[in-house]
Amino acid sequence: MSAGFAPRRFAAMLVKESRQILRDPSTALIAFVLPMVLLFLFGYAVNLDTARTRIGLSMQDSSEAAASLAGAYQSSRWFDVRETGSVATLGRDLVTGRIMGIVVIPEGFGRDEATGGGTIQIIADGGAPNTANFVAAYAEGVQANWRAARQAEGPQAPAMQISERFWFNPGLTSRFFLIPGSIAVVMTMIGTLLTALVVAREWERGTMEAIMATPIGMGEFIATKVVPYFLLGLISMTLCALAGVFVFGVPFRGSVLGLFAIASAFLLPALGQGLLISAATKNQFMASQIALLTAFLPTMLLSGFLFEIASMPKWIQAVTWIVPARYLIPPLQTVFVAGDDWALYWPNIGVLLGFGVIFFTLAIRATRRRIA
Amino acid sequence: MIGPRLRAIIIKELWAVFRDPRARLTLIVPPLIQLVLFGFATTLEVRNISVGVYNRDGGAWSQEVIQQIAASPNVARVVMLPDQAALTRAIDRQQVIAALRFEAGFSADVTAGRGGTIGAIYDGRRSNAAQIVSGYLSRIVATVATSVRLPRPASKGGAIVTNWFNPNLDYLWFTMPALVAIICVVSAMSIVAQSVARERELGTFDQLMVSPLRTHEILIGKMVPPVLIGTFIATSYIILIPTVFGVPLTGSVPALYVALFFYLLALTGVGMLISVLSGTQQQAFLGMFLVTIPAILLSGYASPVDNMPGWLQVIAQVNPPTHFLTISEGVFLKGMTAAEVLANSWPLVLIAAATLTAASLLFRSRME
Repeated sequence: MSAGFAPRRFAAMLVKESRQILRDPSTALIAFVLPMVLLFLFGYAVNLDTARTRIGLSMQDSSEAAASLAGAYQSSRWFDVRETGSVATLGRDLVTGRIMGIVVIPEGFGRDEATGGGTIQIIADGGAPNTANFVAAYAEGVQANWRAARQAEGPQAPAMQISERFWFNPGLTSRFFLIPGSIAVVMTMIGTLLTALVVAREWERGTMEAIMATPIGMGEFIATKVVPYFLLGLISMTLCALAGVFVFGVPFRGSVLGLFAIASAFLLPALGQGLLISAATKNQFMASQIALLTAFLPTMLLSGFLFEIASMPKWIQAVTWIVPARYLIPPLQTVFVAGDDWALYWPNIGVLLGFGVIFFTLAIRATRRRIA
Repeated sequence: MIGPRLRAIIIKELWAVFRDPRARLTLIVPPLIQLVLFGFATTLEVRNISVGVYNRDGGAWSQEVIQQIAASPNVARVVMLPDQAALTRAIDRQQVIAALRFEAGFSADVTAGRGGTIGAIYDGRRSNAAQIVSGYLSRIVATVATSVRLPRPASKGGAIVTNWFNPNLDYLWFTMPALVAIICVVSAMSIVAQSVARERELGTFDQLMVSPLRTHEILIGKMVPPVLIGTFIATSYIILIPTVFGVPLTGSVPALYVALFFYLLALTGVGMLISVLSGTQQQAFLGMFLVTIPAILLSGYASPVDNMPGWLQVIAQVNPPTHFLTISEGVFLKGMTAAEVLANSWPLVLIAAATLTAASLLFRSRME
């Protein structure tokens, strides 16, 4: 293998690699179809903003007050009262998931209400902790509002209160963080998963050795593998960003330059990891499994995109420091909903480039060893 | 019952999966890593938060609120911020998820009964976590506010909240049973999706066709490894989840296995369809990926099915994990009886019948 760099040869190799990518239908699948499916799912299916929750109502009191409170639940925009009956029968519905909570208006509620305040019981389905919290909070809220409306004078103003403002996302739309997060997942899929899979297939079929027998240099050879996927990753990212902004209504308050700088910095470690996996496994099935486990899952779970890193146990927090996506999520969310903040971008970009250098060095070493 | 031909193909298919020691390892190690990762990392609770405070009030009430916040088990750190610019910077750089601002005269307003207002700013980039933190802070402030007026009689009545099945609302109790459903999708599908596609890519598909094996024998042979491995991994989960993670297992375990069997058949049917439709292993892998992710996201694990738009709820109903998730949560936490498990299993039987029939029809048409 001679070392000298020949621009013509490099260009020819680039054309060859690009054609190979474009000809393969699975590339289109992973670079265009899958990102859109993912974006669509995070845009529509994963909805953390709760809609109407199905509950059951157990009326054990026949007073006017109890009927009035039951009416308040039936007309609430938070609840859909599906079932009424005894706690025992409603309990079975709670087991099968037909309803998510039970409101019990006990016997004597009307009498207690007349003498100062009746107590109701709220039973939530602890099997779904988030929904349970929601059911409890809103069922209490309905009762409090109902009581305030019944009392002639309104409720007493509290001694202190909080005036809340949610910066960047005043409507608290979960899409605003889910869509940038799914862009991170898409870039991981193209950078690591697709690259690992395609290059592993070349190892499997022996075309890798065939190319290595030509006078092309190692760095040049790796570059011809990487550049087309790098561009593919950026194209796919751009498509997702456009869809996110124009279809899903996510704001874009930063600059295009900022977005591309962050995305490019992330694609380097992603591609390096893909090459390393393929060179180390030389087998499509193994490459796909390892890429899923070391790139896809960490980006989903350990990047802070869905789950707060600070809430994880200390040793898992330590693991997140070596997940490149961890350094992508904060700038990516910022460039979309907050606006450019280069003081936040630079340190993250620096770390990502550092990971890139490490992965590429390891990938080149693994490739050399394979040939020897 | 099992003829010699069928026995031969089953042995051959099991060899195909277990022959490679590295592949054997990938069947065992990733599910265990996923159990630990999902178990510990996927919490929607928000803990160890940092809260910024910009205090222009010198009085006692703001100090009281700050101390109560610092004492909260969910708050790791209270950062004192000297001015508004520092507050903005702390939020922008994500050093704090929330910042409180006390105006001058806050304590005086509280003492005089005029009611004090605390400004709270949250990082909306992480809107879900910010909302949860907002709940924490509101509760703390409300508690302090009641202590101001303690001499007055509190109003009677209210609500008693009980959480059945999971009294402390431990998130792990929800995640772990859901993982049994998810790991089956990932393991069973990745094996079965490769099975036909690999034969075709390697050219051994033609050899199968000229062998005396009948179509249904080939298909049954290909269904055995994913169902066996799925049952094995699910069993290890069903043992580890109560013993290591302390999640209760309260319902009918034999019925859970009946449901698991039909669930794995349904997943195998879907995976077989992908495999028959793909020409290469790579296409099969990508096809599997394209189906696995929506299957998991639509199952009700990531967010409740009720929150989805109506037409997506329809799709969620033909998604096998949606049904098995209900069963698994029910058997672990809710003491689901055998009758209830079986009543929830019939959609799985229908999905398995439909997908396996479709796969065998397609398989036959590809053979001719």
